[in-house]
Amino acid sequence: MWIVYKTIVIKEILRFSRIWVQTIFPSIITTLLYLLIFGGLMGERIGLMQGVNYVHFIIPGVILMTVITNSYTNTMFALFLAKFNHSIEEILVSPAPYWIVLLGYISSGVARGFVVGMGVYLTASFFMDFEIYSVSITLVIFLLTAVLFSLAGFINAVFAKSFSDVYVVPNFVLMPMTYLGGMFYSVEILPEFWQSVSLLNPIYYMIDSFRLGFLGVSDADLTTSLSMLLTTIAILFVVSLYLLKKGFNIKN
Amino acid sequence: MKALTIKTLTKVYANNFHALKGINLSVEEGDFFALLGSNGAGKTTAIGIICGLLNKTAGDIWVLGLNHSTQTNDVKRLIGLMPQEFNFDMFDCITEILNNQAGYYGISRSKAKIQTKILLKKMHLWDKRNDAAGSLSGGMKRRLMLARALVHQPKILILDEPTAGADVEIRRFIWAYLKELNQLGMTIILTTHYLEEAESLCRNIAILNAGKVVEQTSMKKLLAKVSHQILILETTSILPETIQQMQFECTRLDDYTLQVALGQNINITDMLRALSQQGISIKHVRNAQNRLETLFINLTS
Repeated sequence: MWIVYKTIVIKEILRFSRIWVQTIFPSIITTLLYLLIFGGLMGERIGLMQGVNYVHFIIPGVILMTVITNSYTNTMFALFLAKFNHSIEEILVSPAPYWIVLLGYISSGVARGFVVGMGVYLTASFFMDFEIYSVSITLVIFLLTAVLFSLAGFINAVFAKSFSDVYVVPNFVLMPMTYLGGMFYSVEILPEFWQSVSLLNPIYYMIDSFRLGFLGVSDADLTTSLSMLLTTIAILFVVSLYLLKKGFNIKN
Repeated sequence: MKALTIKTLTKVYANNFHALKGINLSVEEGDFFALLGSNGAGKTTAIGIICGLLNKTAGDIWVLGLNHSTQTNDVKRLIGLMPQEFNFDMFDCITEILNNQAGYYGISRSKAKIQTKILLKKMHLWDKRNDAAGSLSGGMKRRLMLARALVHQPKILILDEPTAGADVEIRRFIWAYLKELNQLGMTIILTTHYLEEAESLCRNIAILNAGKVVEQTSMKKLLAKVSHQILILETTSILPETIQQMQFECTRLDDYTLQVALGQNINITDMLRALSQQGISIKHVRNAQNRLETLFINLTS
């Protein structure tokens, strides 16, 4: 079991490392641009958000957005490309248990989320000083978010039949949900109606809790966020495993 | 023991195409078995189901006494598959491909490396071990897929058109290696479009047509069913304008070429003697049509 798991994880880590210019570097560039625009150019004019300097306020959101995007796209492309070039058959003919295969894909997504998220954190640390309020909360929220979006990327890849299917969810669902999930603002500044709408966005809870771990400030309750994350992960894991076992869009 | 037993195997695709219509097949352990059929006959579908690449609609499969549905992972360990299409990540280097495949079977990296080295050397790919799979020639990719199918040392090797598109040299190399593996006790099942490949390698055969098994027998018995064979004879000197009637049908194609149809009651020695009596001396003899091809066309048309 361990050998099978290790084989999948190492193969996928090597895959995204080999194309680091496409997979790791763009997020670092984006972070530098955010720091320049919101820190250097606009931050002073915006002032404080939840009692925190604006550029400090957005950093946790920027890191978590990186984790979300990278974990999601990693598992999605890993599986979609394996379907596309039929190399998924290498695993299907083998006795590798499906749950191990799924764990392997999730772990590689988490690994990429960690590598790129850490890259963004280190880049930000280079230009500004901040202390992490709670390392344990930060790491737990990072891990749960990365697992959740690795699973979501996996399900996207199962359903995707063409390259255009691969881009629909990241562009039309993930990006708006992330940007409207309080990445750049506290929901407190929204009118009451839009505050209520924001509470329906699961990414809002992740960013808010991650910000709690980073800065010690938050809008929502941590227990609610953790319960929501764990429940969603459990549901997505069961769905992914079912789809993989049935060979949906893979073995038909 | 039977290496493979298939009972009423059925596959209906989502578009309602009936690829397999309840086929029955059995292959003995240690056999060299050919599965023939024209394009769309159901060969690749059957192989896909046996190897776990496709879900069946109905039917049962046993592999060396193990139930395919309930002992799936044990069954998978017994089978090695060389598919028809290239199905590896073209950016991976070939050593990585073999080591990873072994890893999927739970074989440790240290053991995998030993087996990979043996196979790559055997396949004359050792010099290319650090090259990306995509940079290999078509023949090399075929040999890589054969090596990958063998990396976990299976008992049954299934090959879906192993020599499609390969040049004569590669084809002969693969044939020789398959014979060697079979002599060592490995059961080999292959599909092919080269009927001479099946005729020269395989002892038993099944022919699929439109999702049904239309024939399953030994190659010897099947070939014995051919009632006559057509031979093309090249003569040493110019043929007479008219050729006398003989026990067999004989047609003058040109000044130096004859076509004869030999029934089962006439052997080649008798034929040569009869021609010699007419002063016709033969320089060269060849088959006008592959015997298996004749049968195949009869059975599937």
